[in-house]
Amino acid sequence: MTLSMPPIPNLHAIAPEIIVLLTSLLVLLIDLIQLRGKKGGLAFLGAAGLALAGIFSYKLLQHPLATDIPGFAVDAYAQFFKIIFCLAGLMVIGISVRYLTLEGFSLGEYYSIILLAILGQMIMASGTHLLVIYVGLELMAISLYILAGFFKHHPKSNEAAVKYFLLGSFSSGIFLYGIMMAYGLTGSLDLSVIAGKVAGAELTGLLLLAVIMMGAGFAFKIAAVPFHFWTPDVYEGSPTSVTAFMSVGPKAAAFAALIRVFSSAFGTLRVEWTTLFICLSIATMVTGNLVALRQTNIKRMLAYSSIAHAGYLMVGFVAGGELGISSMLLYLRIYAFMNIGAFGVVILLNRVGGIGDRIDDFAGLSKVSRASAFVMLVFMLSLAGIPPTAGFAGKFYIFMAAVKNGYVWLAVIGVLNSAVSAYYYLRVIMRMYMVEPGDEPVLNVSTALSAILLIAVVGIIAIGIFPGFCLDLARTSVTSIL
Amino acid sequence: MTITLEHYILLGSLLFFVGMAGFLIRRNVFLMFMCIELMMNGVNICFVSFSHYYHNLSGQVFVLFVMTVAAAEAAVGLAIILTLYRNRETLNADEFRLMKH
Repeated sequence: MTLSMPPIPNLHAIAPEIIVLLTSLLVLLIDLIQLRGKKGGLAFLGAAGLALAGIFSYKLLQHPLATDIPGFAVDAYAQFFKIIFCLAGLMVIGISVRYLTLEGFSLGEYYSIILLAILGQMIMASGTHLLVIYVGLELMAISLYILAGFFKHHPKSNEAAVKYFLLGSFSSGIFLYGIMMAYGLTGSLDLSVIAGKVAGAELTGLLLLAVIMMGAGFAFKIAAVPFHFWTPDVYEGSPTSVTAFMSVGPKAAAFAALIRVFSSAFGTLRVEWTTLFICLSIATMVTGNLVALRQTNIKRMLAYSSIAHAGYLMVGFVAGGELGISSMLLYLRIYAFMNIGAFGVVILLNRVGGIGDRIDDFAGLSKVSRASAFVMLVFMLSLAGIPPTAGFAGKFYIFMAAVKNGYVWLAVIGVLNSAVSAYYYLRVIMRMYMVEPGDEPVLNVSTALSAILLIAVVGIIAIGIFPGFCLDLARTSVTSIL
Repeated sequence: MTITLEHYILLGSLLFFVGMAGFLIRRNVFLMFMCIELMMNGVNICFVSFSHYYHNLSGQVFVLFVMTVAAAEAAVGLAIILTLYRNRETLNADEFRLMKH
């Protein structure tokens, strides 16, 4: 009998994941031998790892490689999401460094855990097997529980962590039940096999239950109404840099897995789940925007705004097809720029002890620093979807896709909601430009933070004026899964 | 009476929904966490019985992963509950409303 090695899969195809994992471990290792207090180098190392992983993802997007890794797709679609995750992670690391030092929690573990959360998101985006998706989801979620409670002496941070942990694990329990039902009905965990079995079977209550349970699990992660109760409290209580991270990466990762699972495994049940997501989408947009109107805390307002944005994204999902999905991908990319940018300005105003979190703290910012007021203006206009910012281009393509695929009334509801949302974004702008400053705001300017804000503003304006490049990239990515 | 697949699934689902009800009814953070473990174990029973029914090992492999994830989750969750208890000296979920306006 001859012994032979099983063929080694093409490791080049999973280079981004390997780089992120190794960087994470390296950060943890160097943290042990480095002098305490000097963590800027670790942040730089983490950012460099993410940049490298992002470049590899971009190369793989341009030239997809065939791979024989079961349950793990290395298609252009996954790579597009991986670029978003790396970009979001890089920006978050940039806005974290000085903030963590000021708050007295400058620890190397922070960067390591951020990288692990990004690894989980990458696995979710690539998974074509329910086990892979589940493990990726949990890697991301458990890392985020730790990050939410990272300021361990702050009661608010503790409270955010415990709420996120309990409701997060509860929702993964529900998601798990959905997976179990799908396995029980089809005898397989592979999305393509499930798709074949589901296509041949008639619609039963149990199958519908599996779809609903899995949908609920994803809806929790993207913070869709009625699974949004955790969002405002967790966003408010977590460290601001973590909130910025939480509002973009996990949402994008959950959408990545949601699109893959629902359009491949449950593709034949399109009519049923479309109804479900239309309801979710309308409820999410309306609740998010209406409640955001009443908020006085900027982090809480951005939490409700992120709920509303999940609603807009679901409009694209309902519209479906190449148009709908590619507009979602484009929107997620833009959303990473504008949301992390907005949280970056919140960090800029942050003073130890939760000062700088109120919308009133923005009063007269333009008198204190014209540049920071201007970048906040760009982020708020983009979130509100006003041209020539990228937020407008993103919303435009989503609502166009809805109109072209026959959901005109849904697009109308979306546009009306977006008009309502302009009120609370413009309120921040009004505070900055029209109101006299109260007590002198102190700005925590640092090179990294300024660089990230600059990147975000340039990104928003560039995509806003020339959306073509990103949109083409999104279109080619989407064709790989449809 | 022979024990069939349905009995196992019924047992697993029952455990799951007992856990779910417990999570929604209980107000002690620690007991809520235990209820989540109950939900996961309910799902595990179903996975193993389906795996046996289909003569397909992937269900059992999934259970091993769920158990690993549950262990990791317990480690992180207990740490979070511990830091919370140190700062607040209570585990009653109703008292955690620092952020309600």
